[in-house]
Amino acid sequence: MSHRAGMEVSIAVSHAVQMSRAEAIAAYPITPQTHIVEHLSSMVANGELDAEFVNVESEHSAMSTCIGMSATGARTYTATSAQGLALMNEILFITSALRLPIVMTVANRALSGPLSIWNDHGDIMAARDIGWIQVFVENGQEAFDHSVMAFKIAENHQVLLPTIINLDGFILSHVVEAMEFPEQELVDKFLPPYQPRFSLDPKKPVTMGAFAMPEVYTEVKKGHQVALTAAYDHILKVWKEWGDLTGRHYQPVEKYKADGARILLLTMGCLSEVAEVAVDEMREAGLEVGLLKLRMWRPFPFADLRKAVDGAELLIVCDRALSLGGAAPPVLAEVRSALFTEPNRPKTASFIIGLGGRDVAPEAFKSIVAQAQAEAKAGPTEEYHIFGVRG
Amino acid sequence: MSSKPMDQVTWQEIEVGAVLTEPGSARAYNTGDWRSMHPVWDKKRCIRCGICWTVCPEAGISEEPDGYFDMNTYCKGCGICVKECVTGCISMVPEEE
Repeated sequence: MSHRAGMEVSIAVSHAVQMSRAEAIAAYPITPQTHIVEHLSSMVANGELDAEFVNVESEHSAMSTCIGMSATGARTYTATSAQGLALMNEILFITSALRLPIVMTVANRALSGPLSIWNDHGDIMAARDIGWIQVFVENGQEAFDHSVMAFKIAENHQVLLPTIINLDGFILSHVVEAMEFPEQELVDKFLPPYQPRFSLDPKKPVTMGAFAMPEVYTEVKKGHQVALTAAYDHILKVWKEWGDLTGRHYQPVEKYKADGARILLLTMGCLSEVAEVAVDEMREAGLEVGLLKLRMWRPFPFADLRKAVDGAELLIVCDRALSLGGAAPPVLAEVRSALFTEPNRPKTASFIIGLGGRDVAPEAFKSIVAQAQAEAKAGPTEEYHIFGVRG
Repeated sequence: MSSKPMDQVTWQEIEVGAVLTEPGSARAYNTGDWRSMHPVWDKKRCIRCGICWTVCPEAGISEEPDGYFDMNTYCKGCGICVKECVTGCISMVPEEE
């Protein structure tokens, strides 16, 4: 029997890691990820989690240490945010190329400068192409569920890829929510101990991280690309298994009142719950509007997205990050690429919202929909809008 | 990775994470391909002291059965042996000679 409890989402994530029986953790505290790793540190110190907790002097060291620990065959976890993710950037590519199934929570936060500790998706969008599996979660329950499922996905021998769970800093990481916690027995049954494909073992030595000459670098990258794309099926299989056990099912693109909607909003992370409120109110006012919530970010769910927008006339993509000087903000760029070859694709409109902790209320989505509708008729005034910017 | 020459290996044949399961893969790669100059020993002046062999950073010098030394296929042509030879019996010559 599961039990229901109210808990801060960061603490719930640390319990998910504990229940997943993580064996090795190396982390450096950074706001707003801090509560997760502080709590894990206490659990290890109190003997509530049988794991090595390595205190390091930077995030670059945290990820490097995680690589070493994962390479020995230990189930390995870490968490970071913003500047920390940027500092570990070099190592993130190595982790995925080594195909080490490390699980990391990123409590999404705006990148400096100017210095901000508050939420947006600028940190992870700058690490978009690191070759990890990446998902976004919307609430505490999803944060817990996906933290457990991530280990099972990452450690599958057909996958063997590190995995990031993105959860919005503060507005999700620091709120207290009611969540269902499964029994340890269920988690143990769902997630057996990690069996590495290769590990650093003197009895059976291997070389990891060898130099690649121009003759083979391309082939190694091709293998990585194929693995990340093919991970899609395994991710869905694990989500289904968890759904059958818990009753909580997840999809790469979640829909909210989207079937038959003429206008679709697309959001990621916990803004989706705010957008749901706005959709309810707009529906009551007679507007045929629905919501798509992009859960799976890497591999990008091209087919799911195409199917989800089928029949819609207008798709409004809400990004929480900029691509300065680029063609489009990151999510819009992917969405447009996904739809470019579709004969009956909807018009797209682009709004950047919630940068650096700027609060987004349901009214914002109503204004966005109204503006996008007007521009769908008259033509857009700008390639994309930074919503609510003054001046 | 398979024992095929490196430029014939397909992406499917590479182990997950490009892990190497057999030791000595560097042995199969002749770094001597890189060099533009190589050392030549003047046996009349060589005293077979082995300093060249000792100082070579790439194990690119081998001892011959007669006790003299010569470069092998891993010599990159850095010239450290020329600089360190006590009798000055080694000289660098362009690769095409």
